[in-house]
Amino acid sequence: MNNKLPRYFQTAVLILVVGGILILALSGYLNPAIQSASDPLIKVQTWVSSRYLAIYQFFTVPRDVASLREQVASLEEENNLLKTKNIELEQSLQVAKVLSELVGFARNRPENQYVAASVIGRDPSPFLHYVIIDQGSDNGLRYGMPVVTQQGLVGRIDAVIGGASRVQLLTDPGSTVNVTLQNAGEDGVITGSLTGDLNLEMVAQDVTLETGDLVLTSGLGGSYPQDIVVGQVITIRRRETDLFQTASIQSVVDFANLQAVLVIKNFSPVDISPLIPETNP
Amino acid sequence: MTLLQGNADLVLLVIVAWALQDRVKNTWLWAIIAGLLTSFISGLQFPVLIGSYLVIVAGIRLLIKRIWQVPILMMLVGTILGTIVLLVIEYMTLVIGGTPLPIGDSMSLVILPSVLLNLLFSIPVYTLIADLANWLYPNEKEA
Repeated sequence: MNNKLPRYFQTAVLILVVGGILILALSGYLNPAIQSASDPLIKVQTWVSSRYLAIYQFFTVPRDVASLREQVASLEEENNLLKTKNIELEQSLQVAKVLSELVGFARNRPENQYVAASVIGRDPSPFLHYVIIDQGSDNGLRYGMPVVTQQGLVGRIDAVIGGASRVQLLTDPGSTVNVTLQNAGEDGVITGSLTGDLNLEMVAQDVTLETGDLVLTSGLGGSYPQDIVVGQVITIRRRETDLFQTASIQSVVDFANLQAVLVIKNFSPVDISPLIPETNP
Repeated sequence: MTLLQGNADLVLLVIVAWALQDRVKNTWLWAIIAGLLTSFISGLQFPVLIGSYLVIVAGIRLLIKRIWQVPILMMLVGTILGTIVLLVIEYMTLVIGGTPLPIGDSMSLVILPSVLLNLLFSIPVYTLIADLANWLYPNEKEA
């Protein structure tokens, strides 16, 4: 019977059937049939897949943990290196900051020649306040040269060797500096002490001292140049029975955290000791 | 490390601990070397520290022979006496040289805090130095 039907009719029926199935599938009418047909296949596929994954993980996961551990160790090492580098850079930045301030200070005073030096040590004796700097006679430093920072006076060179010098700080008990009070216009002497405090002495009783008065080097005695900032008056002690009044001075320099200093190279201290008359007992 | 104006003197502690080791023969030499090295950076006159260390070593050798045979107690006594001797010699040298140092402040702010700090460090330093001495000069019976 089929052979009797025209060929084009068979083709048309086939297209209609296929098209109908497609339309039914697309419109969702065949879903229950497709689902019931695919469910067993999906279950089989799920079972095979889960077994395959279990076997795969059994062989590969330990290897992954080892490699992850290696990665973690390597990252931790890298992290530590970066932290160390960061600390080094922060320190370099701090040093650069201090040096930049010193350079700025030196540029503002072209009349002086400066040699920059780093503080590399402190005197081991608790009675003395000295620091060691990394520049010496090879760099033109000599005994007695004044040492400053951008804030103010630090002290003077007490001993020199080729590559290093020892600096006596203002706070040393044996240090004395002739100073002048900026507001009062009077002279005095600043001495160090065991505790590192600065004391202003030899100020006449009739001079009006005020808290906050700026204290500068006077240049008297020839040990230091004039007009270097030393500190500010913080406490005044005046007694009627004393010849002179005294005061505590707050230094402008932070001696506890002294890192870098400038040595004034073109100032030669004057030794006036031969001019001082000897006192006979 | 500092306390008030006093500080711990590790060089002194090492010298004291080294002088307490029976088998060590060259303590005097090390006292001189330590004195030279410290004098090199210190503002004190050159012979002061060498002389002080030698006096301390002499005192300890004298004490260890005549008084005690308990080294750990000797370390404590040596630390106290050594610190006081060293700082008193420094103080006297500076005062004779013209540095105004009030004795009360020197005692309360420098000498006593330094003694305390040195005492704190004396036992660890003694242990280290004793181990070092045993390693360098092993007991003949053990060897």
